[in-house]
Amino acid sequence: MSENQNTPADASTEVTAHGTDHGELVHPERFTDPGVPEHRHRLTDTDPQANKRAERTVTLLFVLSILGTVGTLVAYVMVPPEGGTSGVRLSTLLLGLGLTVSLLGIGIAGIHWAKTLMGDHEMIQERHVTRSSDEARTGAVADLKEGAADSGIGRRGVLKGAVLSALALFPLTIAVPLIGSVGGDWKVSKFKHTLWEKGMRLAIDPSGRPIRAADVTVGSVFHVIPDVTEEYRESHEWITEKSKAVVLLVRLDPQDIKSEQGEGWSYDGIVAFSKICTHVGCPVALYEQQTHHLLCPCHQSTFDVADSAKVVFGPANRPLPQLPITVDDEGYLVAQDGFAEPVGPSYWERLK
Amino acid sequence: MSTTASTKHTEAPAQPTTGAGKAADYLDQRTSIGVAVKEFARKVFPDHWSFMLGEIALFSFVVLLISGIFLTMFFQPSMALVEYHGEHPANMHGQLMSVAFASTLEMSFEVRGGLLMRQIHHWSALIFMAAIVVHMMRVFFTGAFRKPRELNWLVGCTLMILGLAAGFSGYSLPDDVLSGNGLRITDGVIKSIPVIGSFMSYMVFGGEFPGEHIVPRLFTIHILVVPGLLLALIALHLFLMVLHKHTQYPGGGRTNQNVVGYPLFPVYITKMTGNFFIVFGVLALMGATMAINNVWNYGPFDPSPVSAGAQPDWYMLFLEGALRLMPGQGTEWVILGYTLSLNVLIPAVVIPGILFTFLFVYPFVEAKVSGDQREHHVLDRPRNVPTRTALGVTFLTAFIILALAGSNDLIATHFDLSINTITWVFRILLFVGPVFAFWVTKRVCLGLQRKDRELVLHGHETGRIVRFANGEYIEVHRPLDEQERWLRVNYDAPVPLRLEPKTDARGVKRKGYAADRRWHRVSRFFFEDRVEPVTPAELAAAHSHGEHDALGAAEHPALEAGVGAGTAQEH
Repeated sequence: MSENQNTPADASTEVTAHGTDHGELVHPERFTDPGVPEHRHRLTDTDPQANKRAERTVTLLFVLSILGTVGTLVAYVMVPPEGGTSGVRLSTLLLGLGLTVSLLGIGIAGIHWAKTLMGDHEMIQERHVTRSSDEARTGAVADLKEGAADSGIGRRGVLKGAVLSALALFPLTIAVPLIGSVGGDWKVSKFKHTLWEKGMRLAIDPSGRPIRAADVTVGSVFHVIPDVTEEYRESHEWITEKSKAVVLLVRLDPQDIKSEQGEGWSYDGIVAFSKICTHVGCPVALYEQQTHHLLCPCHQSTFDVADSAKVVFGPANRPLPQLPITVDDEGYLVAQDGFAEPVGPSYWERLK
Repeated sequence: MSTTASTKHTEAPAQPTTGAGKAADYLDQRTSIGVAVKEFARKVFPDHWSFMLGEIALFSFVVLLISGIFLTMFFQPSMALVEYHGEHPANMHGQLMSVAFASTLEMSFEVRGGLLMRQIHHWSALIFMAAIVVHMMRVFFTGAFRKPRELNWLVGCTLMILGLAAGFSGYSLPDDVLSGNGLRITDGVIKSIPVIGSFMSYMVFGGEFPGEHIVPRLFTIHILVVPGLLLALIALHLFLMVLHKHTQYPGGGRTNQNVVGYPLFPVYITKMTGNFFIVFGVLALMGATMAINNVWNYGPFDPSPVSAGAQPDWYMLFLEGALRLMPGQGTEWVILGYTLSLNVLIPAVVIPGILFTFLFVYPFVEAKVSGDQREHHVLDRPRNVPTRTALGVTFLTAFIILALAGSNDLIATHFDLSINTITWVFRILLFVGPVFAFWVTKRVCLGLQRKDRELVLHGHETGRIVRFANGEYIEVHRPLDEQERWLRVNYDAPVPLRLEPKTDARGVKRKGYAADRRWHRVSRFFFEDRVEPVTPAELAAAHSHGEHDALGAAEHPALEAGVGAGTAQEH
């Protein structure tokens, strides 16, 4: 490592002069520190009236704080939060303003007191280098050596190994049971499965009413869930399953459909795509009728539903998986099958 | 030790007579607290408004603890589903929701002052992070992280990251639609991690997203783990601050061997207590008057709905912006059947990684390339270290551009612009903006340094024009007084490291030459362009250029004296 050629040996702040074009001049190399600037008196130091006034102001501010506290208590008793949101808002406002006055009174009084009435003469104290003295260091090293020799750790190799192994191993007693359960059943393959299966009816989110193909007009959008029992929809398991299974259904003019992810996966212009963004999993909920674009409101990935939901803009890389659909005997929309690929964001073993 | 006569502290009397004296005697006999009082009561702290920024962070943390304890009395961190029976708010009546969300509604609508405390808590979190970031900027730009404070800088950086963790874990607790979607994005990011991503996701959520474990887990992190670590590290941060004694701004009488300022008792005790109450008061005012996070408008978490214009809290905006800017096409790779999502990994892991790495290693890099091993207690004026200042502004610019990109939908709707255009503009700005900011900042710093030289050499322009007998006109310049001059000449302008030759005296190849050469390059990047402080010789030269050479002469006109001469360049 090379040396910096002009690091002054001492730790002073004074300026070192460097070689300049005016090399011929012989002058002191640095300016000298003029010392702490002269103390200037404040008005309250010189004018007894101003001093008295400042004292009164401080007192008044403390009194104001007391009034703020009293005000809060009055608001607590007199204005209970009644009548819904507006009542709660009023109560919050009054309690908060009382608290504010109570706190700011103390705060401003303190600062004003310190600034106008307490001493403002600058004091100078020395600093010392942070490093401990050579003597202390030598002493510390000697103590450590003595202690190490005392324990005999240096010559008891097997013991040393046993100590280190025991200390390194004991956390396993806590870590193993924890890791065993912290990830539930650890079956990450569940990412690949949704509730959709052959013949499952498409239902409206959140009412759960099945959708008839005839009810879907061209240009309309449906937020879709699998047709499951109402009881199931009130279970916690449902929230987790719904997180994967939500679908967005759109009816296009069949002539507008440029491509699909599978032959015959749409029904009479009705296409259904997973609503879970292939970027990081937000629900892709904004549909623009004119352009057939689906926009994810989180990070603006844009998909073209008329063209296999291919990405036209934004951070997503893959199209939204398409749900193959058809109609059953009663004219209700049903899934031909589950999704052909995992829905939602990518992960390492997605294609395995 | 003290320059003033106002030292009132004396030893406790041997025979205490007053009540306070007796209590002090009792305490001292059991704790020897007298030693500590003697040590700290009149300890001097330097004064500057910017030293208050860290205090604001500390005090908002205290407000977070106070309001947070209030909230824990009523919050129930459970994801069990219940039907909401509360009367208010009317739109939530009868809805199925988690206990966590229901208890959030109850504490807002039924607990008196509950909504106030929730709002104070949320605002405090935003101000806490803002104060931390601004405090870090002060420390960075003034070089307060230099020896011996590098370790305390690391503690501070860790505190900032813990602050992010605290904010994130708290934001997600109410289990509403917005925070649920935030968690969903987090899940997407976790899943993108190569090899272990899926398992990490299972570990965090206790199974598949959202599962029923995440709220209680985040609750433990939010009220125990993170605040515990924060408290411990804040204690260490303050301990090191007291140990090193506070830094001070440059000026007359301020050196690396002293500390100039006002005593802890009574001045700083009063000012700090006052500051605490003002911070608390302002946060209370914000909580009282500014509604924040009205979760009942969003509703309980449901994986299906989401609304546009949803923003995370400000300190997460840069990550959100990075995710939005990254182009997705062709950035997801499949290697041997395994999926590598660079479109998520780069913005969510690499970009914050670069930012945090820069913050963590900067003090050590600067120490290495300046070859400076001295202790520094006098702060730098940012202009006097142009490259550091420019680097700081560079990273800030990138941070701000990303944060703005995180609000690109709001920009689009407010200014009626195309979201695609805005995104493209930000994509380009993210690369161009920081470079431009670096260049501008460095030039501004060098310019300010030259202006300082100019002032020292020629004094203030007075606007008085004088005509000599021979017809010559000059403008009278008033020389700087000692204090003004000292502020402008009292700094170091380090030169780049000298590179030792490749071979030693005997022609043998030197070990470590390649590494030296790399560091030499970095060092040149830092210190190649510099403006040296004026030396007494230069000042004298400037004065002797005219016919009037008395240094102190009030009406001495200092004429042109090779202004650019102080700008050294080394190539």
